[in-house]
Amino acid sequence: MDTVPADGLLAASWLLIALPLAGAAVLLLGGRRTDRWGHLLGTGTVVAAFVLGLLCTFALDGRQVDVDLFTFAATGSLDVQAGLLYDPLSAVFVLLITGVGALIHVYSIGYMAHDPRRRRFFAYLNLFIAAMLLLVLADNFVALYVGWEGVGLASYLLIAFWHERPSAATAAKKAFIMNRVGDVGLALAIFVMFAQLGTVTFEGVFGSVGVLAGGTVTAIGLLLLLGACGKSGQFPLQAWLPDAMEGPTPVSALIHAATMVTAGVYLIARSAPIYDQTPTARAVVLAVGAVTLMIGAIAGCAQDDIKKVLAYSTVSQIGYMFLAVGLGPAGYVAALAHLLTHGFFKAGLFLGAGSVMHAMNDSVDMRRYGGLASKMKVTFVTFGLGYLALIGFPFLSGFYSKDAIIEAAFDRGDGWGYVLGAVAILAAGLTAFYMTRLMLLTFGGRPRWEDGVHPHESPSVMTVPMIVLAVGSVLAGFLLVVAFPLEEWLAPVFGEPEGAEHVVAPLVVSVLVTLVMVLGAGTAWLFVGRREVPLTAPVRVSPVVRAARRALYADTVNESLFMRPGQWLTRALVFVDNRGVDGAVNGLAATLGGSSSRLGRAQTGFVRSYALSMLGGAVVVAGALLAVTAG
Amino acid sequence: MSLTHYLVLAAILFTIGAVGVLVRRNAIVVFMCIELMLNSVNLTLVTFARASGTLDGQIMAFFVMVVAAAEVVVGLAIIMSIYRTRRSASVDDANLLKY
Repeated sequence: MDTVPADGLLAASWLLIALPLAGAAVLLLGGRRTDRWGHLLGTGTVVAAFVLGLLCTFALDGRQVDVDLFTFAATGSLDVQAGLLYDPLSAVFVLLITGVGALIHVYSIGYMAHDPRRRRFFAYLNLFIAAMLLLVLADNFVALYVGWEGVGLASYLLIAFWHERPSAATAAKKAFIMNRVGDVGLALAIFVMFAQLGTVTFEGVFGSVGVLAGGTVTAIGLLLLLGACGKSGQFPLQAWLPDAMEGPTPVSALIHAATMVTAGVYLIARSAPIYDQTPTARAVVLAVGAVTLMIGAIAGCAQDDIKKVLAYSTVSQIGYMFLAVGLGPAGYVAALAHLLTHGFFKAGLFLGAGSVMHAMNDSVDMRRYGGLASKMKVTFVTFGLGYLALIGFPFLSGFYSKDAIIEAAFDRGDGWGYVLGAVAILAAGLTAFYMTRLMLLTFGGRPRWEDGVHPHESPSVMTVPMIVLAVGSVLAGFLLVVAFPLEEWLAPVFGEPEGAEHVVAPLVVSVLVTLVMVLGAGTAWLFVGRREVPLTAPVRVSPVVRAARRALYADTVNESLFMRPGQWLTRALVFVDNRGVDGAVNGLAATLGGSSSRLGRAQTGFVRSYALSMLGGAVVVAGALLAVTAG
Repeated sequence: MSLTHYLVLAAILFTIGAVGVLVRRNAIVVFMCIELMLNSVNLTLVTFARASGTLDGQIMAFFVMVVAAAEVVVGLAIIMSIYRTRRSASVDDANLLKY
């Protein structure tokens, strides 16, 4: 890629990161003094970053701009320059992060209005925005890693925001630890790059990756994928994401739906030159995507917790994106288009879920919802639009972006292409099923509310962001695929779009997907819509439902394969430490102490016995001297 | 009178002294036995000085006498003070210095 030095406005693009970071610093260091206006400052910095990002993107003009900042670390042969790479790909992410981020900040003003720690919440959100922008703007892998860890930290802090709830504290720990597994992969990938290529900048690595042996490139690709899987909640590290819903709902919308969890897709798309060299790693990406999108879709069908359904839906949709980036150049743009539309409609859905929870005294059990459509009209309409966009209702955003991925899968042309396409279509049907079920349980049917629940529409500070996101959910797909093709905008990064031959005509795919979608939605109506919903989950259900309720036993597998052996290992180590190491030290001390007190008995206090021992000693010395001189 | 006679006498005196220190309980007697051992050593020193025709051994013997005199002064003072407090001159009664 050919980058040009930054000029004009773009030279100030570091402000994008600095503004939210400064906001976080002021709110965290300012303490209670900032309680009164902290949420306004937090929102203001992100809105300012959004405006700046918009201006920068207009000034970009299809170039790839490098912004040199300072020397981050210069040690011997490792010279890391902190710099930003502002290119069409990062610009897309900057707009998504700051745009959706700003809306969610506004929403949080209302959502967190009664929380005594609202200022701290906004500080963490600002910290997240800053770290996420660093992640997507970095021009080298080390700076990317700093952002990568930063969003992990912000995610941890925000999941555990209500840390007085044990479930939230545990979920945060789980998210942090499972992310750490992935982060080790990313760190190792960076180590391998430095060891083999001597550089960690995108330009240097991508420019010289061709000279590496195939095995090394595959190793880098797989390690990067491990990092991406951890951050994006992909198989086999998907189990943390649904638990992360313990955090406040705006956090779920921003971090665990729209932005942070898509960092893995960004990483793989950004590392396209590496994956171009290694079909093996790319095939693994494909497999991970396909497996995850099925796991997410199946598990989503059996959850009763509204946020868990959306979380498994997120897992599944990011699986689509992984599938797409695994397809190679044909899929990158489709993946990013889906990432953007998903950012809109899933953030909107989560905000809607938050609004519903607000009305239902923070209950998340859909079996106790029902009949909310008439009580919460704005929420119902915005949520409904997000729902239609997600299941791929024709001409809404999910329709365009999901179809593009399914087409790209078929366009592989081989047998696997058909398998992947079929999996993606099947998952689209499941998506329609679980989302329709969610809609029917929440907004349809008769009220099944708990005592003392009086649903009411949320204040406008919450509904306005929902409306904006709903409009985005409707229009984003059309805008990104048809009106202003993302393909052309991203051409400087991924190359000019090729007019590839379609194996299956796009119209056929669209009709097929729509049919399956209608089928899924109809099945949901058969199961949920037309009969009375039990207030507690039925116990006598088929093994399939039982498996889906427990997310295909992901937690069980993790616990029996990793957690228990880990506990055994730590217990063994504690035993070795207590008995072995401590035992040796304590034993030595006890032996010395015992023998000295036993030797002390020889000190009888009788002068004559001392004299005898002196005499004995003198005799021994004299005898030894004699023996030596005579011998 | 050959060299051997003196040395044998010195050895006998030293042995009597050593055995006396070990077996007797009276501090005064133990003290006298120590003097006996010192003087047997003096005798040895003088004997060898005479045999080798130098004065080194005799000078050494004078030193021993001087040190022994000083030691007697200190030692008898200690014995006196122990006797005053314990009404006993037995070395086995002064047995507090132990573990």
